[in-house]
Amino acid sequence: MNKNFSWFNLTSITFGFAFLYIPILLLVIFSFNESKLVTVWAGWSTKWYSALLENQALKDAAWVTIRVGLVSATVSTVLGTLAAITLVRMGRFPGRTLFSGMIFAPLVMPEVIIGLSLLLLFVAMGFDRGFWTITMAHITFTMCYAAVVVQARLQDFDKSVEEAAMDLGATPINTFFQVTLPIIAPSVISAWLLSFTLSLDDLVISSFATGPGATTLPMKIYSQVRLGVTPEINAISTILIGIVTIGLLLAAYVTKRQTERSERERRKAFGAAG
Amino acid sequence: MSAKANGLGRWYVIAAPYLWLLIFFLIPFFIVFKLSLSDVATAIPPYTPTFSWSEGIGKFISQLDFENYTFIFGDPLYVNAYLSSVKIAAISTVLTLLVAYPMAYGMARAPKSWQPTLMMLVILPFWTSFLIRIYAWIAILKPEGFLTMFLMKLGIISEPLQIMNTTTAVYIGIVYSYLPFMILPLYASLEKINPALLEAAQDLGSRPWRAFWQITFPLSLPGVFAGCLLVFIPAVGEFVIPDLLGGSDTLMIGKTLWNEFFNNRDWPLASAVAVILLLVLTIPIVLFQRQQQIERESGR
Repeated sequence: MNKNFSWFNLTSITFGFAFLYIPILLLVIFSFNESKLVTVWAGWSTKWYSALLENQALKDAAWVTIRVGLVSATVSTVLGTLAAITLVRMGRFPGRTLFSGMIFAPLVMPEVIIGLSLLLLFVAMGFDRGFWTITMAHITFTMCYAAVVVQARLQDFDKSVEEAAMDLGATPINTFFQVTLPIIAPSVISAWLLSFTLSLDDLVISSFATGPGATTLPMKIYSQVRLGVTPEINAISTILIGIVTIGLLLAAYVTKRQTERSERERRKAFGAAG
Repeated sequence: MSAKANGLGRWYVIAAPYLWLLIFFLIPFFIVFKLSLSDVATAIPPYTPTFSWSEGIGKFISQLDFENYTFIFGDPLYVNAYLSSVKIAAISTVLTLLVAYPMAYGMARAPKSWQPTLMMLVILPFWTSFLIRIYAWIAILKPEGFLTMFLMKLGIISEPLQIMNTTTAVYIGIVYSYLPFMILPLYASLEKINPALLEAAQDLGSRPWRAFWQITFPLSLPGVFAGCLLVFIPAVGEFVIPDLLGGSDTLMIGKTLWNEFFNNRDWPLASAVAVILLLVLTIPIVLFQRQQQIERESGR
């Protein structure tokens, strides 16, 4: 492989990542700018971060967003894991094609359509729109991402381990909690983190699903962005980027350790057998 | 197989996600369709029920009202919005492919020890807020923004660039935000290609460029296909990018739908716009589903 790695490859990677990261870096750097002008550097300052702490409306929105994220990510991970098991382990059953269609369609479906259709459902059902309707809307689209993440892991691992457990008399539920879940745990954690960040970021679907009283952080940011670029938005964005980066690094670390451990155990098992 | 033995438990596992998606994903589409056949009203909720199911099928059919649809097809504003959304999405998809392909190719050729880190670097922006990443471009593209300042300092331009609030800015926004969706499937298919194939081609005297077009590119087509659909379909209905980066002359249907709904409060018309958008996207969505299915089956 390495001898094929030419200057051309290195250049395209370098330019590609510069394109991906320079906008984010500029945004982060200028959140520490002294001046109110977002594009002219005037020295380091953290004053925009302290300004955030005094903005009660923003803090309220952040709190709503975090609560929605925690509840929806948890429910969506449970439903997504069940959906992944259905897709990978359940074989054929009536309505399977429709089911896999409903899992994959939301991944590409324009958000305005999902948002509008959910809102009309909530109105038809007579729900009070607010925290719970946003949460239900988020569960709906994030569970599909969760299902895809867990599904990839379920497909990878050797089914015979599960079969062995059941041959030895474990019930399906025992098998799931003692054999399957520990193996797919890293993907379940990733699914939770992905659902949480997707929920944290969502603007369009939340805007449709919400009612008076529940404003999420992206909705707040959006209404301010429309008025122009301000260093406060840079500061809040930087905090969000920081949270997501830490979350993702954590997920990568968990996955890496898990794979290393299972690799070690496998080698040990083979060593003992040989 | 043995998981299937437990009959009732199996149905519980299937039922929970199945019912959830039926209620919150599938049924809402029928409600959208139903509402698209009714009239707008100044009430809460702002529409009149045109018909009710209880009055029998004959009554139901006689009351169907396609007024919103005839209105959309009669008004060039809407027709143009659909056409220009498809055009903008198609051009952006091609641009995204052109940017993503060399990157994915370079990643697949990079030393094995780099690859997890490179993957991580592609995934990270995908996890970062869409809104924030679009917002970051406003400061770059606006007339007194970073790009103008940078190019002026280099002496390449003397007048501020007029990119912000144009369709060009929308292209940049779509390419930027959907790039990871294109890179990941491309990388997955490029990485699977056996390097021995290329070595064999070289040994037999094939030039690298020819080997690329005759071996690498055809083998990467599943990734190209998946990536293009993952970019094209959501881009057609994109709202945030045309709203924040585009100008008043950038017509996109997602924005039209949003305005009908939030500004004009015409829910029935917004629903009709959504139904037609869904019909426009049916073919690419079905292609995407089939592609995913093939991928899943071959992954086993």
